[in-house]
This record gives sequence, C-alpha cells and structure tokens, in this order.
Amino acid sequence: MAGAATGYVATAEVPAAQVLRHQAIGFVVMAGFFAAAPFFGVYPVFLMKALCFALFACAFNLLIGYVGLLSFGHAAFLGSSGYAAAHAAKIWGFAPEAAILFGTMVACALGIVIGALAIRSRGIYFANITLAFAQMVYFFSVQAKFTGGEDGIQSVPRGTLFGVLDLRQTMPMYWVVLAIFLLGFVVLYRVIHSPFGQVLKAIRENEPRAMSLGYAPEHYKLIAFVLSATLSGLAGGTKAIVFQLASLTDVYWTTSGEVVLMALLGGIGTVFGPVVGALVIITLEHFLAQLGAWLTIVQGIIFVICVLTFRRGIVGELARIIRKPL
Amino acid sequence: MPTLVIAFVTVATLALAAPARAQISDGVVKIGVLNDQSGPYADITGPGSVTAARMAVEDFGAAKKNLKVEVIAADHQNKPDVGSSIARQWFDAEKVDVIVDVPTSSVALAINQVTRDKGKAFLVSGAAASDLTGKACSPNTIHWTYDTWALAHGTGSAIVKTGGDTWFFLTADYAFGHALERDTEQVVLKAGGKVLGKVRHPFPTSDFSSFLLQAQASKAKIIGLANAGADTINAIKQASEFGIVRGGQNLAGLLVFISDVHALGLEKAQGLILTEAFYWDQNDATRSWAKKFAERQRNAMPTMVQAGVYSAVLHYLKAVEQLKSDDGTKVIAKMKEMPTDDSLFGKGTVRADGRKIHPMYLYEVKKPSESKGPWDYYKLRATIPADQAFRPLNEGECPLVKK
Repeated sequence: MAGAATGYVATAEVPAAQVLRHQAIGFVVMAGFFAAAPFFGVYPVFLMKALCFALFACAFNLLIGYVGLLSFGHAAFLGSSGYAAAHAAKIWGFAPEAAILFGTMVACALGIVIGALAIRSRGIYFANITLAFAQMVYFFSVQAKFTGGEDGIQSVPRGTLFGVLDLRQTMPMYWVVLAIFLLGFVVLYRVIHSPFGQVLKAIRENEPRAMSLGYAPEHYKLIAFVLSATLSGLAGGTKAIVFQLASLTDVYWTTSGEVVLMALLGGIGTVFGPVVGALVIITLEHFLAQLGAWLTIVQGIIFVICVLTFRRGIVGELARIIRKPL
Repeated sequence: MPTLVIAFVTVATLALAAPARAQISDGVVKIGVLNDQSGPYADITGPGSVTAARMAVEDFGAAKKNLKVEVIAADHQNKPDVGSSIARQWFDAEKVDVIVDVPTSSVALAINQVTRDKGKAFLVSGAAASDLTGKACSPNTIHWTYDTWALAHGTGSAIVKTGGDTWFFLTADYAFGHALERDTEQVVLKAGGKVLGKVRHPFPTSDFSSFLLQAQASKAKIIGLANAGADTINAIKQASEFGIVRGGQNLAGLLVFISDVHALGLEKAQGLILTEAFYWDQNDATRSWAKKFAERQRNAMPTMVQAGVYSAVLHYLKAVEQLKSDDGTKVIAKMKEMPTDDSLFGKGTVRADGRKIHPMYLYEVKKPSESKGPWDYYKLRATIPADQAFRPLNEGECPLVKK
C-alpha cells in the first residue's frame, strides 16, 4: 500500500468553510449525475450495482483512508448481510426495508466481533487477521444449509417498500438504491468531518501522540471498524434485494480484493475517490464482458497503468491539480 | 410515375412479407450465449459454445428461410450478479430473445428467474443443477444436456451392472459434494453394490495423498470422485502417481468432461470411468459435425455441453419457424410439444418439467496404447437408455407437473 501514504490530502491547509463549499458542489454534481444517468440511456440495473459497490468502497475507505487500517476481509460484511437480507426476505417474508435493516444489523454484529479482535494488530497483521475472519465466514457460507452452498439464495422477492412502493419495477427500485447510497455517503461524510473524524486522522498520522493527548485509540478504531462494517452491510443487503440473490461471490476473498482496487483506483483518503473507483471497475466488468477472455487482461493493464502513472488515484490526482481536497 | 410504382410495389411486398415475420420481435431472432469465457469452465463451454450456436444457425439455413438470426456472446465470470445484470440488459435493452448455455449453477438459477420474469426463453446446457427441472423449474426454461441426477445415477448404476460393485467415495465437503455422494450411493446400493467407506476432503484441496491412501487400502473396485473442477483433476493426477489404476482399482468421475481428459492426458487419466451425453466419435454424423467444429475451434473436439448448445439452438429455431413467433413462453411450449431430432443426439423429447430426454453413455478412458490418435479417448462401457437416464418426472417436485 505504498500508494496509500501519498494519497492523503492535507486537509489542515485549507480553511474548513472552503472545504465544505467545493465538496458540496462535488456532492451535488455526483447526485445529479446518478439522478440523470438512467434518462440518458445508462442501464438502471447496472447503475444500481455500481451504487451498491460505491457505497461498499466508501465504507471501506473510512478504514483505509482515515484510520490507515487495510482490511482484507470486507467481503465478509457485504456477503453476510446479503445472505441475511435474502433469507429474511425470502423465508421469513420480511418487507424489503426490514430485510435490508436486518442484514445491516447482522453485518454490524459481525463487525463488533471481528473488529474487537482485529484492531489489536496493525499493518500487514491486521490485513491477515481480517482476511482469516473473512475466510471463516466464507467457509461457513459454503457449509451452512440456509445459504444454499454453491447455488446461493435465489429468487428473493423484491416486495413493496413500506407497503406502498412496488420495487418489482426497475425505476422505483433505482430511486430507493440511490437514496440509500446518498444516505450512506452523507453519514460517512459527516463522520469524516466531525471531531471524531479528526481523532481518527490523528491516530492514522501518529498513534502514540494521539494516545498521549488522552484519546484511547482502541475505542476509536473499533467504532470506525464497526461503522465501516455496518455500511458495507447496508450495501450488501441492498444488493441482495436488487439482484434478488445472495451468492458465494460476495463473501469470497476476490470481492475483498476488488474493493481495495476500487479505493486505490479512485483515490484512497478522498471523499469521492471510492465512488469513481467503483464506477470504473463495475463499468469494466460489465461492458468488457462482451470481450470474453480479454476482460482480465484489460483489467490488469488498467491497474498497472494506474499504479505506475497516478498513484493517488483518479480523484487524488484531480485534487492535486486543482489544489483542493475532494 | 415510376417512383410511384416502385413505392407501391415496395409497400405491397412489405405488406405481403409482413405476416410471416409479424411476430418476430424487431424482425431479428437474437440468441445470447452467456458463459465462462476465461475461467475454469472456458474449455467446457466458452468460445466453443458460441461456435456451436453459430453452426446451428447455419445448419438450420436461417438465411434461406428469410429468418434473420443473430448470435451474441458474453462472459459472466461465474458471478451470479454479473450474469443476472447482463441477462436483464440483454432482454430489456438489446432485444435478446433467448439465452443459452450458462454454466455454474448459481448463475443459471439466477437467470432462470430473470428469464421467467421477463417471459423470454432459456436453454441450459452448461449448468448441472438438477433443481432447474425440479423445485426451480420454469415454463421458460429447458435443461438440455445433462444434470447431477443423470451423472450420479448413470455412473452409479451402470458401473455396478458392468462389474464395479464395491465403492469408496472421495467427497468434497460441501453441499454439492454431499448431494452427489448421496445420490450415487443410493443407486449403488439399489443396484446391489456395496459402499466400503467414504472420506470427506475440504473444498478446495491440493493434496489428496492421505485420502487416496485410505481409498487404496479399502480395496474397493471403484473410487467415486464426488467433487468437481480442479479437485477432480488433482485427485486423478495424484491417484495416477500412487498407481491406483494400475493396482486394479478404477476411478469414477461424477463430473468430468472430455476437455478435462484432454488436459490430463491419457497417461494420467487412463481407466477413469465417466458419464457423458455425447462423444464426438459415436457415429458418422457426430464425426463429421465434430470435424467441422474442430476446424473452427483450433482443433479442439466438442464437449457434450457444446454439442448440447448446437442441438438446443437448432430445436429452438425449428420451433420459432413453426410458430412464426419468438415469444419466449410460446416457443418453449412449442419446443416441448415437438419431438427433437438432430444429427448429434438423435431423436428425443422435451418433458413438461423442461427436461430434454436422450440416452447417456458410460465411457472408460483408453490406455495410451489403445488410442489411435489425438482425441481418441473413450471406449463405450454401457449405454443408459433415455427412459432411465434422467430423474422420473414425478420425483422432481416440479410445480409445473400435475400430480
């Protein structure tokens, strides 16, 4: 993660009000883009997938970008929430909002357990421990009866939101997903720019000094970890309802790796970076599917170019050019 | 004046031509081949299935019959969400009428649901899940080539009947492996065989030595490999290193394809017993088709999945021609009504639950000395007649079948 160290943009140099103004412009541009895209011929189901992964990458970015913890097991939260939401909606007949909430809570609980143990280590050990836990969740999903093993949980009903909005139609589903994404994004944004977020950044820069100032880094790290897990769970639960399925792909370690790449490509430690990174990766995966065997090669080349030429990621480089944090 | 005549003639021709194609949505029958183009199943399905679909369109003579048919393809990367969003986009935005192939059961089951919701057609060749004609059966899906039930039962009963009456199972420790083991064990016992022991190995495993030694010590005539993909390949390779086949025991692969045998080589795969729905060297018709296929596919012979794609697309186009419509639900109903007939699978039928019925074959992999050339791999051990090859209609719990 050599790129991570260079990706941080020094927020301290810019007055707070200015930060808020142009980040607010960025937020409006982003919300406007997603609101308008389906009307310009972009396929809504594809956009919903991109939004779910964008939220997932933003949640992941909270840990890597603002606490400096590289988790290599975030698929565990995305996937377990997906299974929980799918099971709740299909077998227990939960309404979609309740199913997503249930999935999010499961991810939150899992985040508390894994987080409490994992934050005792740091650096490569932290990455390894989170990976180990994620693999445990994966093997549990392979073996457990209710997950359906290789087949996954299929034909999950989308249902009607709050008993009013019929989600079987594509566009209502799209607005719901967009609302969930924006909600998650605003929550993360508030966390990052709160005094709590400042302490996280302090811990990232120099943990012993933060401790000497009277902060307990373990508490802050655990809260950040659980927040990140919960929002990953929100993304996973929503994804399960959108695609009407939950499968092993979402708990597999490649998904944990994919989210690292999304954050890296977009710009670690930037607010909008993970969204851009997720869009790029999902677009590649979706549109290069027609290329067949060339897909993995093209993806690889793009990563190599990114790491060699713009180490701060797309948004990180943009922020450097306009000299403002994004 | 001449312009007016031309205009009149054009309009008249269009009006006359229109009824023939009135029901074909946007004038084109669009076939989407969705499978694994780059991962573990790319040799079994992959670009070969696309070639097979194109060959079916040519052999059907679509151009001569004034029917416009287009074949497109994509890679689902074995991820159900990627497969499901491609399928939705194909149906919604690109006017695809039928999706074929789709290996990986989780992806196939997801597309089974999408196809049903959109009222299109789905012809499965690559996936093995017998649920597709069981609990998850749909009026928009036909499962063409094989399924886990057919493989387990075919291999189990036919081997016992041809002398392999004592078994030892090497099972991948997850739902799929357990199901395969359970199904096969039932058949072995029913056919009068004995199961001397079984061992579960983690999924995935790279070192099979301790499991294989247990299997060897059991002295069972047949070692059943209730696993798939890389696990099966590793088990076969290591069994050859332990000299298990030379010692008089046979391996029975429950999910092995000719492309796997090709990759292993005869030296390692010899003596392996497996069930297939199609082998290129069955008769003159399959040989001549396979030769044409190999010319377009870098000399690779077709797998049963690719042959199944050919046969399924051909039958689909025949149904579209008869019906003069490409409405998914109607075409699938017509396909079930019409008997199937093609040069690869011969005459067959499609059952109410969407199961295509044809014979299955039990093959044994030849010794290197018996093989006459490249791709000459199998000798026939038994033929499982069509009426016994697949799960009986009333046992599948398919809601479409009236009790």
